[in-house]
Amino acid sequence: MINFAYLPVSALETALEQIGPGPGSTTSAGFGKFIAGGTNLLDLMKENVMRPARLVDINPLALNSIEALPDGGLRLGALARNADTAYHALVQSRYPLLSAAILAGASAQIRNMASNGGNLLQRTRCYYFYDTGVPCNKRVPGSGCPAISGLARLHAILGASEQCIATHPSDMCVALRALDAVVQVQSPRGGRAIAMADFHRLPGGQPDIDTTLAHDELITSIDLPPPAPGFAAHSAYLKLRDRASYAFALVSVAAALDIGADGLVKEARIALGGVAHKPWRDPEAEALLVGQVASPAAFAQAAQHLLRGARAQGVGPGSNAFKIPMAQRAVVRALETALAGTVTNTGNNDSDNAEDAP
Amino acid sequence: MADTPSSAALAAPSQHTIELRINRQDYRLEVQSWVSLLDLLRDKLQLTGTKKGCDHGQCGACTVLVDGRRINACLTLAVMQNGREITTVEGLANLVTGPELHPLQQAFIDHDAFQCGYCTPGQLCSAVGLINEGHARTPDDIRELMSGNICRCGAYPQIVQAVSDVALGSAKPGTASTASRPVTTGVVPA
Repeated sequence: MINFAYLPVSALETALEQIGPGPGSTTSAGFGKFIAGGTNLLDLMKENVMRPARLVDINPLALNSIEALPDGGLRLGALARNADTAYHALVQSRYPLLSAAILAGASAQIRNMASNGGNLLQRTRCYYFYDTGVPCNKRVPGSGCPAISGLARLHAILGASEQCIATHPSDMCVALRALDAVVQVQSPRGGRAIAMADFHRLPGGQPDIDTTLAHDELITSIDLPPPAPGFAAHSAYLKLRDRASYAFALVSVAAALDIGADGLVKEARIALGGVAHKPWRDPEAEALLVGQVASPAAFAQAAQHLLRGARAQGVGPGSNAFKIPMAQRAVVRALETALAGTVTNTGNNDSDNAEDAP
Repeated sequence: MADTPSSAALAAPSQHTIELRINRQDYRLEVQSWVSLLDLLRDKLQLTGTKKGCDHGQCGACTVLVDGRRINACLTLAVMQNGREITTVEGLANLVTGPELHPLQQAFIDHDAFQCGYCTPGQLCSAVGLINEGHARTPDDIRELMSGNICRCGAYPQIVQAVSDVALGSAKPGTASTASRPVTTGVVPA
């Protein structure tokens, strides 16, 4: 692996001092990087894709708690591990969608290691990004994108640019987007809150920049607002992939429904993973369901609206055109599943909310 | 080690003193910052039971236990584990009042749960972690929660049987695992 300095820090102020100034680009070499779980950063360093000069180990910081907020929401510490988050009693009872999404991702070992903050900051699994022998606009701005005319199976069908068709690989983030999570960050300039909608960005002309987080900003927590009353009893994370477990999503859907006593949809959330540079959500598509009887026909209409503007990438056997109808059908299936009840991906679907399921 | 293109900001070598307890023995070690826990175990301490399969967290052959939790030793730095207690496959058997194999080791033998054996140390440590976590209730759960450990010989049915024997006790491998629980329709592949 590359040569770098290592600095464990036990105070937030020290962490912010030690990270120092940095570039706008997520990929630039020679700067400091925070490390928590390290599961993605160290892998990228072995591949020589990421080349930090200094790792600031933030694991000693007291940011690993999960606690209820006074407003009925939940604060997920940035250093709480993905596994501890997914199996936390308050997450499972109030936000089973988040638990299901986390448990659909990676392996048990990696979920034990990976931090919540790091999950947000993991980088694309585009094969060309990982291969330093080929061009990549995300790794070396201006060098080109072989994926557009190559193998695009894991790549975007929405929000891509002429420079980059990479997707964000996280499952957790898809649920966080559906649940309107807020990312709390600290920097030498103070704190600020970033809505999940604004945290990840589309590639546009700067695909080397993944997020709106500044180099010297540290994620301290991810805050979940109180969920709509029906969400805990009507949610599903559907992940479609090339093998049954431990693979990145071709398409994933986080769906949640709040259905009134009259049987009409009061609120709906639909977020897609595996299809764009960020978790994909469209309030217009969700609004189409409000006031409607929850039915496959209504779900199909919302799915069609959500996928409008979808465009296939890749060439020949590398084309990802199949993902457009797949995503539409996955949205319908996820909403039908959410309508029927809640799937937790723990193998134990008789949760506290099961009695609410029809 | 310094085989990367030089950069103006390239840091000086970084050497650290760390203390680890590995398989019930205390170590005080001088390590360079870039040494993975896996390379420390194999190359510096000759604990070569832990295998280096892919070195990218994809195969699980390097699975070890840190404070009882299973992790991929290839995806963490040794310096990040300062103060932790590590258990590798060499530490599973009881050699104090034994020799006595760990129940999982015996179950792997009983069920012929390997062919070449390369993935077995990782499978064993992963299964110990799975039992410590306490979330597996059925063979299906075990299949899903062991998915971070690849077996290229394809001994998966026997591995699930062996782990089920120890983790689930009397449960019979292969029986309908969700029969006793109410199931919501439209189940997502976990």
